Amino acid sequence: MTTAVAAKSQVRTAMNPRRYLGDAWRHPVARAVIKAVLTIWVTTTLTFFLIRLMPGSPVELKIDELITASGGALSYEEAAALASNLFAIDLSAPVHEQYLSFVWNLLHLDLGTSFLSQSTSVISVILAVLPWTLFSVGVGLLLSFTAGISLGLLAAYRRNSLLDHLASTGGSIISSIPNYLLALLIVLFFGIQLRLLPITQMRGSMSPGMHPGFTLDFIGDVLFHAALPISVYFLATIGHWVLSMRSATLAALEEDYVTAARARGLSDGRIRNAYVGRNAVLPLVTQFAINIGFIVGGAAIIESIFVYQGIGLRLLSAVTQRDYPVMQGILLMTTISVVVATLAADLLYSKLDPRIGRAGGASG
Amino acid sequence: MTAVAIARPTIGERLAHLWATTADFLRLLSRRPIGLLGLIGILFFLFLAFVAPMFVPLQNTPDIGAIYVSPSWDHPLGTDFQGRDVLNQIVYGGRDILLVAVLAALFSTLIAITFGSIAATLGGKVDTAILAVTDVVLTLPQLIVLIVVAAIVRPQTFVVLAVILALLQWASLLRQIRSQILSLKERDYVEAARSLDLGLFHIIFREMLPNMRSYIVIHFIQAMTAAMYAQVGIIFLGLVPVSGTNWGIMLYFAQNQGALFFRNSIWYILSPILAIALVQLSLVFLASALEDIFNPRLRGR
Repeated sequence: MTTAVAAKSQVRTAMNPRRYLGDAWRHPVARAVIKAVLTIWVTTTLTFFLIRLMPGSPVELKIDELITASGGALSYEEAAALASNLFAIDLSAPVHEQYLSFVWNLLHLDLGTSFLSQSTSVISVILAVLPWTLFSVGVGLLLSFTAGISLGLLAAYRRNSLLDHLASTGGSIISSIPNYLLALLIVLFFGIQLRLLPITQMRGSMSPGMHPGFTLDFIGDVLFHAALPISVYFLATIGHWVLSMRSATLAALEEDYVTAARARGLSDGRIRNAYVGRNAVLPLVTQFAINIGFIVGGAAIIESIFVYQGIGLRLLSAVTQRDYPVMQGILLMTTISVVVATLAADLLYSKLDPRIGRAGGASG
Repeated sequence: MTAVAIARPTIGERLAHLWATTADFLRLLSRRPIGLLGLIGILFFLFLAFVAPMFVPLQNTPDIGAIYVSPSWDHPLGTDFQGRDVLNQIVYGGRDILLVAVLAALFSTLIAITFGSIAATLGGKVDTAILAVTDVVLTLPQLIVLIVVAAIVRPQTFVVLAVILALLQWASLLRQIRSQILSLKERDYVEAARSLDLGLFHIIFREMLPNMRSYIVIHFIQAMTAAMYAQVGIIFLGLVPVSGTNWGIMLYFAQNQGALFFRNSIWYILSPILAIALVQLSLVFLASALEDIFNPRLRGR
């Protein structure tokens, strides 16, 4: 028996990737950071080669377009120089050098300029829209997390009650409907059929003529415009929190330490908050951070339905205008926000759960 | 000689075995009304999308006199912005969507099985490399990558679309398969097969994979759900230049023809929404029932 276990653990270490990457890999923070950098690098490389080397590449198309637009006044070289300026790539260099200089520019936050106007840098385009997406997604998720956690805990405590059945069935139904269909249903019923919401006035991220500032008017206006995206993010994610919290609580309730706490005569409230709730919510905190990242990435359709001027809508207009540098920049930016969120989740988890730090890495 | 002949089951025995497993599975499923509902829903939509078009003639001639009419005997779900029958479009519009979803799930499962078993059996640097790629794909903002890739590649056929979708979805199954193989490696029956010198191929495909059926089936269903979500999403955004009718294109028109803003167009918009939502619901219900069946530890929760 003992030899079998020993043999098993030996095979496990041989299979373990950490062995080959030395001690640095073993540290959860280092692991998470390496993973994050790797992901950003892959996205960058993927977009570079897709844009540069695809048959009928956007760069060549742009060069042709520039020549045609000038009525033949531009030579191929001049047009190529213009295009390379737009893409922040030096087209005359060999591909590997182009790639290196592209990465170099990226490290200096130079993502090129928009195709539509040479004076607009891609970075400024992104900075104008990213806060709106982060704000609406963040608020929506925070609300759904708080509500979902409380509802899930309550449902688990009143297992098989009417509330439990309603919460778990409702949760699984609403979380399996695609979020953009929820958005369409909101527009359809509340906006058009019942005319309860002024859908067209709620478009955009704020009303025209509104000046940013910490005034009540401004905050109210921002919330008015963000209300629909926020409610969609809320509805689309709450089911997941209810279901996960419910099953995590049920599992925690069966743990020995809960029985021990009961035997010690601790109050029900203390057991619920400090023992059951705390342990059940732990894995969900990381999911929360990961979800923020993914919903920022998935916001494009929601924002286009509500015409909310966030990063997703900007991406779609860049797609229709074939504004490749902006597309590329937004892809990079969303990847970075997803990666940073995941990284934060990993770090948070090892902070919240001391067992993880010692076991070496928050995986899964 | 005869021993070999006895060891190989006849076709009749195989069918009997298949029937027994199916019956067993249905019996387990029938105790979970949600799973049964899911299965019925999926079978219904498969029938609607692949069998019904053989019996219902395609009607796509515009009828300007009957734009957005309410449901009637002639048009059970009303008509669209050109006066075409909505029910007819729902019947004809499911095939492509479901086909892409199935293909994407199939491709992603194949990628995951192939590279998952390679990573687990070879180990070492290959394993590290495959795991690194997997981690990266798991972290990508899939919808944004999909939008950008679709805008650059402009998928013209559904197979290309399915391949792109599959390339974004294999990662989680690969991790499961890899860790399963790593733990199954130590089991006695794999040891026995190894000492009989049955070969790596036999060990992986005949001994190990059947034991991972549950993971693979559940992943397949979840991958279909994800592929449908992403696919309908980018069709809705108008990023896939495909012609014809499907539920996604109906939604695209609903948004872009302004159909959404006519009060009497509700049936035209609600029909594809309901069709997509019901397929998704059925898939999710079946997957969660299967998880319940395959993972007895969770039973009764």
